[in-house]
Amino acid sequence: MGLLRYATTRVLLTIPMVLILLTVVFLVLHVMPGNPVLVILGGRNVPQALIKQYEHRLGFDQPIYVQYVKYLWGVVHGNLGESFSTGLSVTSQIALHLPATLELSFSGLFIAALIGVSTGIWASLREGGIVDQVLRFTHIGTYAIPIFWSGLMLQMVFGIFLHWLPTGLQLNPVSAAFFQPITGFLLLDTLLRGNLALFGQAVEHLLLPAFTLGLALSGLVGRVTRASLIEVLGLDYVRTAKAKGLPARMTVLKHALRNAMIPIITVVGIQFAILMGGAVLTEAVFSWPGIGSFLLQSIKARDFNAIQGTVVVIAILIATVNLVVDLVYAMVDPRVRFD
Amino acid sequence: MVDAPRGSRVVVSPLTLWIGRRRVLVAGIVLVGLIVLLTLVAPLIAPYSPTMPGADRLAAPGAAHWFGTDQLRRDVLSRVIYGGRIPLEVAFTSTLLSLLVGAALGWTSGYAGGTLDRVLSLVMDALYSFPALILAITIVAMLGPGVVNMVAAIAIVYIPTYFRVARGQTLKVREEAYVEAAQALGARTPRMLRFHIAPNTLTAIMAIVSFNIADAILTEAGLAFLGFGLPPPTPDWGFDIQNGQAFLQSGYWWLITFPGIAIVLTSLGFNLLGEGVGEALGHQT
Repeated sequence: MGLLRYATTRVLLTIPMVLILLTVVFLVLHVMPGNPVLVILGGRNVPQALIKQYEHRLGFDQPIYVQYVKYLWGVVHGNLGESFSTGLSVTSQIALHLPATLELSFSGLFIAALIGVSTGIWASLREGGIVDQVLRFTHIGTYAIPIFWSGLMLQMVFGIFLHWLPTGLQLNPVSAAFFQPITGFLLLDTLLRGNLALFGQAVEHLLLPAFTLGLALSGLVGRVTRASLIEVLGLDYVRTAKAKGLPARMTVLKHALRNAMIPIITVVGIQFAILMGGAVLTEAVFSWPGIGSFLLQSIKARDFNAIQGTVVVIAILIATVNLVVDLVYAMVDPRVRFD
Repeated sequence: MVDAPRGSRVVVSPLTLWIGRRRVLVAGIVLVGLIVLLTLVAPLIAPYSPTMPGADRLAAPGAAHWFGTDQLRRDVLSRVIYGGRIPLEVAFTSTLLSLLVGAALGWTSGYAGGTLDRVLSLVMDALYSFPALILAITIVAMLGPGVVNMVAAIAIVYIPTYFRVARGQTLKVREEAYVEAAQALGARTPRMLRFHIAPNTLTAIMAIVSFNIADAILTEAGLAFLGFGLPPPTPDWGFDIQNGQAFLQSGYWWLITFPGIAIVLTSLGFNLLGEGVGEALGHQT
C-alpha cells in the first residue's frame, strides 16, 4: 500500500470512530431518565402547556431518530445546536474555550516529554541498578497519584505557602478584563500584541496546571523511553558507535535516542486521551477556562446540547491526534503501511 | 545461583528467597492487604465517629486528632479510615462487572468473527480511545449521583479493555491444534467457548485486573471529587478532598493531604500488585 492510500484509509477510519461516540453520547443523553425541559424551566409546578411549548421549540417532541438525524446533519455542517441554558451557539462557545485547553494540554505534553525522556534515559543507562529501581518506583508512582490531588498539592505549596505562583485562572482578573484576544491562544496573543509583561503573567499562570498534567503522564513516557532505549542500546550499530570510541553521551543522544523516539512518540500520541481526561480535572482545580470547565458547567446546568457538543469535539480532537501520529509513524517507518 | 563463599554457610529460607525475587509483588500484596484490612475493621480502629461532630473545628493535627478535624468538627483520621469503603466497593464491583461483560463479548466476538466481530470491535475501539473519565462523567451526570450509578458508569467505561484482551487472546487460541480437534469432534459453540477458549485466555485477562482496579479507584476519586458521588455525610476520599479544597486558601492543609495520601497508597498498591503479577506470569511490561 502506498502512503497516500494508507493515509486515505486511515482518515476514513476515523469517521466511524467519531460517529460511534456521537451515537453513544446521543443515546446516553436522550434515552436516560430526566426531562431537561423541566430543569430549564426550573421546578415541578410548571404548566403543561409551557412544557409542551418548550419541547416543541427544542425539538424534543419529535421521534428520537428524527432528532438524531437532525443533530448529525448539524454536526456535519459544524453546527452543534444552541445551548439550552444560555441560548448561545454551542460551536462558538466551544471555540471560545478550546484554545485554553489546547494550550494547557500541549504544555503538559511538553513537560511530560521533558521529565519522562530524561528520567527514562537515566534509568536505561543504570539498568538494574539502584537508580533504575528508584525511577521505576517513581514512574509507577506518578500514575497512582490522582491528578486533581497533585494539582491541589502544588497549589498549596507553591501558591499558598510560598506565594511563588498564582493558584488559578489564566491571567489576573484585572489584566484579563483589559486584554483583547486575537486568536484565543493567550500565550500567542500576548506576544502578538507585543505585551511581554502580560506574556510573563500568562506563563506564570500556566506553570502549575501544566506541570500537574505533565507529571501525571511523565511516568508512562519514562517507562517507554527506558524500555525502548534498552532495546536499542543492545543493537549492533550502537556497539559499533561505542567501539569506534564515541563518548557514551554522544552514543545515547545521537545514535540510540533517535531510533528509540518512534515508540515514544506513538505512546505519547495514544496517551492524548488520558491527557484530555486529566485536563478536565486540572481545569476544575485551577479554574482554567477550557472546555473541561465548560463541560462541567454544562453538566451542572443539564445543558444537553452543550454536553453533547463538547464530547463530540473531544472525540474529533483525539481522533485527529491519533491520525496524525499514525501518519507520522507510517512516514518514518514504511513497514507500518503493509498490513 | 551464586555460590556462597567457601567456609561460610549462609542459610536462606525459601520464603526470604522468594520475597527477594518478587519484591514488587510482595510490596503490592502488603500494601493492598493492609488497606483492605484497615477498611474492613474501620469501626474497631477509628478513634472517633466519621460523621459525628467532636469538640474542635478545624483543629490542626495533634495528639487528640492525629490528622486534625474538619470544618464540621469531624475527625479527619476516622474519615480517612472509613473513606476507603466506597472507593474500594465501587472499584471492585465495577471491575468485576466490566470483566464479565467485556470478556464474554470478547470471546464471542473473537470466536464468531465476521460482521459481528467487525462491528463490535469498531464500537469497542471507539469507546476505548475516548478518555475514561469524561465518558464516566457524562454517564453519571445523566444517571445522577450515587454509588450504583458510579459503579454502572465505571463498569461501562472499562468494558472495552477486557473486550480487547479477551478477543485478542481468543484469536490466538483459535488457531491452536486442540481447538481444531475439538471442532472436528463436533463441539458446539457454547461448549467451545466455555471449555476450550475461555480458560486459555484467563491468564492474560487476570494480568490486567489489578491495574484496572487501580485505575477505577482514581476514576471513582475523580467522580467523587467533582461531586458525582454520595451525598455529604458519607466519608469518601475524593469527596473529602473536594470539601477540603474550599479551606485550602486559608492554609488548612490537613483536610486534603491525608485523604489524598490514602488514594495514592491504594492506587499504588494495586499498580504494584499488577506489576508483580505480570512479572510472575512472565510478561515484561
